[in-house]
Amino acid sequence: MDDIPPYPPIDPTTFDLIVIGTGLPESIIAAAASTASKSVLHLDPNPFYGSHFSSLPLADLPSFLSSHSTSPSPPRSPSSDDPNEFSLLEFATRPLYSFIDISTFSPNLLDQHSRKFNLDVAGPRVLFCADKSIELLLRTGTNQYMEFKSVDATFVGDNKGNLWSVPDSRAAIFKDKSLGLVEKNKLMRFFKLVHGHLAGEQDVKISEEDLQSPFVDFLNKMGLPPKIKSFILYAIAMADYDQEDTGVCRDLLKTKDGIDQLALYNASIGRFQNASGAFLYPIYGQGELSQAFCRRAAVKGCLYVLRMPVTALLVDKDTGCYKGVRLASGQDIFSQKLILDPTFKVTLPLGSSPPLPLKEKLPFFSLKDDKGKIARGICITKTSLKPDISNFLVVYPPRSLFPEQVTSIRLLQIASNLAVCLPGMFVLYISALCNDDDQGKKLIHAVMNTLLTVPLDSESNAAVQSETAEIGSAVQDETSESSSGGPSDSGEEKPTLLWSALYSQELTLGQVDFICSTPMPDGKLNYNDLIDTTFKIFQEIYPEEEFFPETSLENPEVDGDASPET
Amino acid sequence: MHGRPRKAPKPEDEAASSAKAQKLRAVQTQFFSFHHNKIYTKEAVELSAKLLEINPESYTAWNYRKLAVEHYLNLPDCNPDSIKSVLDDELRVVENALRQNFKSYGAWHHRKWVLSKGHSSIDNELRLLDKFQKADSRNFHAWNYRRYVAESMKRSEQDELKYTEDMIYTNFSNYSAWHNRSILLSALFEKKAGGFLLKEKVLPEEYEFIHQAIFTDPDDQSGWFYHLWLLDQTVTTDSPLLASSWPGHGSDVLLVGDRCYNGSAFSPFSALHSDSGSFPIVLYFNQPVGGVNSSTVTVECGFNKNEDLFWKPLSASNSQTARVWVAHLKVPSSDLHSTVEVSVGHSKGIISTRGFVYSHPSMFSFKVHVQPMERDSSQVSVAENISLREENFKVYGTQSEESIIDSFDQLIIKNGHETTASNWRFEALAKEIECFRELLSLVDCKIGKLTLARLLKAYDAMSYPFANKLVHSEEVLELYSDLMKLDPTHYQFYKDEHSIVLLQKVTSSKESLLQHCFQYKDSASSAICDPICLRLNNLSLSRMGAFEKLLWVQMLDLSHNELQSIEGLEAMQLLSCLSLRNNKLRSLTALEPLRKLKSLRILDISYNQIGNQSIDTTRYVCSSPLSHSVGSELNRDETVTSDVALINNWEAFFIFKDFNLNQLDIVGNTIADEKFKSVLVKIMPKLKQLDGKLLD
Repeated sequence: MDDIPPYPPIDPTTFDLIVIGTGLPESIIAAAASTASKSVLHLDPNPFYGSHFSSLPLADLPSFLSSHSTSPSPPRSPSSDDPNEFSLLEFATRPLYSFIDISTFSPNLLDQHSRKFNLDVAGPRVLFCADKSIELLLRTGTNQYMEFKSVDATFVGDNKGNLWSVPDSRAAIFKDKSLGLVEKNKLMRFFKLVHGHLAGEQDVKISEEDLQSPFVDFLNKMGLPPKIKSFILYAIAMADYDQEDTGVCRDLLKTKDGIDQLALYNASIGRFQNASGAFLYPIYGQGELSQAFCRRAAVKGCLYVLRMPVTALLVDKDTGCYKGVRLASGQDIFSQKLILDPTFKVTLPLGSSPPLPLKEKLPFFSLKDDKGKIARGICITKTSLKPDISNFLVVYPPRSLFPEQVTSIRLLQIASNLAVCLPGMFVLYISALCNDDDQGKKLIHAVMNTLLTVPLDSESNAAVQSETAEIGSAVQDETSESSSGGPSDSGEEKPTLLWSALYSQELTLGQVDFICSTPMPDGKLNYNDLIDTTFKIFQEIYPEEEFFPETSLENPEVDGDASPET
Repeated sequence: MHGRPRKAPKPEDEAASSAKAQKLRAVQTQFFSFHHNKIYTKEAVELSAKLLEINPESYTAWNYRKLAVEHYLNLPDCNPDSIKSVLDDELRVVENALRQNFKSYGAWHHRKWVLSKGHSSIDNELRLLDKFQKADSRNFHAWNYRRYVAESMKRSEQDELKYTEDMIYTNFSNYSAWHNRSILLSALFEKKAGGFLLKEKVLPEEYEFIHQAIFTDPDDQSGWFYHLWLLDQTVTTDSPLLASSWPGHGSDVLLVGDRCYNGSAFSPFSALHSDSGSFPIVLYFNQPVGGVNSSTVTVECGFNKNEDLFWKPLSASNSQTARVWVAHLKVPSSDLHSTVEVSVGHSKGIISTRGFVYSHPSMFSFKVHVQPMERDSSQVSVAENISLREENFKVYGTQSEESIIDSFDQLIIKNGHETTASNWRFEALAKEIECFRELLSLVDCKIGKLTLARLLKAYDAMSYPFANKLVHSEEVLELYSDLMKLDPTHYQFYKDEHSIVLLQKVTSSKESLLQHCFQYKDSASSAICDPICLRLNNLSLSRMGAFEKLLWVQMLDLSHNELQSIEGLEAMQLLSCLSLRNNKLRSLTALEPLRKLKSLRILDISYNQIGNQSIDTTRYVCSSPLSHSVGSELNRDETVTSDVALINNWEAFFIFKDFNLNQLDIVGNTIADEKFKSVLVKIMPKLKQLDGKLLD
């Protein structure tokens, strides 16, 4: 960061809102506030948009991750009072990533083309064709800055390396080769029941009692066999935790929520004519989404300054109220409100409590980062996991890879036609919720070992290998003996790993407290929960303003543009 | 494209359409003047294109364009380039018309015509079709045209089969795609004709395929039609077979001049009264066939020349194909004991309506004993007065059971050569039965029940020649009874099926059949031996069936049923006495099958509903009103010379004029007033008794 040019002074120096960090929630808030005619300054210490939601070149990803892995530079002199009426609260950074493990098996090839890669920091992630992010994009016209392609299929994986397609529609059930006739009938009847329920048909109403009961109990009551239950719970409703083990399940789905998930999935299929599956993925990676909302904000007058670190918070000496921020350039900028990305935390002087007036003014809004962690992995290969199809999702339901697996593991394969990697290559994003780094690593490795060949000739990889071998041994045995069964690519080589990055990410939630913080990327597949939280934060800071009022629609004819290009 | 509710037109729509009509009228007037004056200038041809763009249904305009094309192609300076440009223009006009209405018959037809001129790249046509079929995958015009294109470019059936598969995978609710599949497979079967192996391999795969649709969505009907087609392909043997005959193989037939005969050695089942000097040989095939004649069927006997035999098809329509064929052997007047040998299909020529050749030559023989007339026939006829009343019947005793066993078994023709080839059919049916039992255990659906009933019935029919019993008939009857309750809209259909299965059950074994056999014993009759009457009364039958087992019947009681039709009864050539009392026959045309029963003397149609409806609906039920024979042999001279009353009752005239009845009961029908009765007497001068009253 030595080559950063001298900071130009920012003018004006007073804003309604300062937003620090260009992650998706911050960008949406900046766009929403600008739309509500607030003057907004949007800063980011990074030279790129997206913060923890960005898509980065191959070489930049490791440095970004490690820059957030340990508390960097110790804060300078603690809260040295300025000669003016403010006291300074130093920003500290929170370590958000840990256990970063980068392995390169093909250094020359990848180094030369680092910029051809756009790797999502918060992968795997997709947009459901009918979810809140798509609605928001359409409603705000932000879709005009982006293009999407369809993620064509969803598979459920097993520990033998098979990928079973998920019968998620009438046509898919008909076509499916793995389901028996009885299973097909039961599944289709279940879909019809849900459809009838959602359409408000009187004779197929699901009772209130059932709606309040656990979804898994309802599926049992419907007599659905285990395989189908697993499809519905983990590959359609996208449950994270083992729904049949209440001891470990932290997100037991109610029938009502399960049905809502099915409705979302169902509405997503076929919503756009050239999207064959339920999901969309942005060309150039998920980072495009943050950038698109920033452009939307900029159109509405938001001022953008990248590569601009912020060093301290300015607080009124008497009241303790927030007044503004001090930039790395030394300039002080003032605003009514402040939104911080989750990287930053404010270290209060020892013994002092948050200024009372502010605390009373803003009700406590959940921030507890005890929700565990999420393990993420990015792998680059030269062959697709499945022939003839390049962009797809794979779900490994709890216990599908090894008995102690309590969370679903999701894998998203994205091909070069989405401009995320070199032509002919594939990027695999893997994630799983976990309690700690070791558990997370075990989950990601289990998937990698089932699906990929990890070359042994890399020195830097020795440590990974030994661990891999240990964890994967049980899995490996079964794989070898069953290589002939199922629709897997039996006889074909498993794709060889070229490069991988494994890391654990903290799951911090949004916070509206002494200061407002946005959440980290969550463990979900789409942005629904994040958008909800973002909306709540916006409402907290601007309770009187509408979140993108309908009238803000600039061009009502852009609707169709959200559909992926042909 | 589908499932869109019809909306009443709004005023602005109506205004728009009347504006369109205005415009159209102007263009049309101009167009007609060009057409009539045979003007084919560029301007004139363009006007027709304009007209077709507005109204693609204008046939005259399409025909005009055809003439114009011919005109251009016959010009002296015609060269390949100009031909190409003319035909390209046509294709463009058709495409524009189809864009306006892709279901325009005229436009599709015109395109075919252009293609037949040998122009246009066929690949281009397929590309166009892909576009249309993507827009509406069920558009049958496009599918029809696709078949035409595929044929003219000699695209392989396999490629097209793959295409239908893709379409079905996209959305299996597609009648057109399933239908096309059945057409393609039929073509493939035919190409390998005689090869059972192909069907044996393909059909189980197709069953597997359709199961996916049926189980995924049992309510979707498109799949059911295809399943029905598969079932038909499984059940029907390609080559027609002789199912039964009269007389049966190895039987003894006694022919007597009058109704009384001596010699108890003969079963009343095979004794036949003949006053016409001939007796019939009846061949009953398992499917309609044509080409039965004295060269394909040879009859060897001492008293008739084979070449003199005239084989006649017995069917409701006038077609030259039928399941039942009859020929009459002349009986010599002297005492005779002779053996008759009948060989069927030893020389090729018998062909099923589907085009398959009868390929299982069979032979049967029987003995004929002739007992010449002992008494004056006129004397007998006067005394004759058959009254099918309860007190006149007695249960047929066991005294001559042996003979009935023989005659019963003789009716069945065993086709042993079919057994080995049919194993896969059994397997396929057994598998389907299992599959549908499973479906019904999951959901209670009508079509599932109906299919199971059809499968069980087919399975029974197939195994009958070997097992000699119908193991599933009770279950099938129950299924149809269920369906009548579940689906009242189609009550009559289920009822008919129920009746046929019931009749098959009754006729399936000697024991059950005997329960319905009674000896007719009239206290007034002086006959030494009493005739046998088959009584199928009070069974609530709505249709008749199982004719192949009933060819021997001479006296049949069908009273107190719910018969609306007696279709197929023409097969029972020996029938001389028939009661249809208390049924639901609604018209005289319903009696049509009886016209072919030359030995019928006594008929009871009392207490039916003939004449209740002024419009005879049976005319609409017939397969084709054009093929219906009533009135088709209209002989003007005959009608003109007849009484005026006959003209007013021409239907009665055409039905009854061929009857040879002695005795008729018609009371209890709306039509049967005194005037009508007097007409009947005129039509049938031989009638001796009407409604129990002796006629002068």
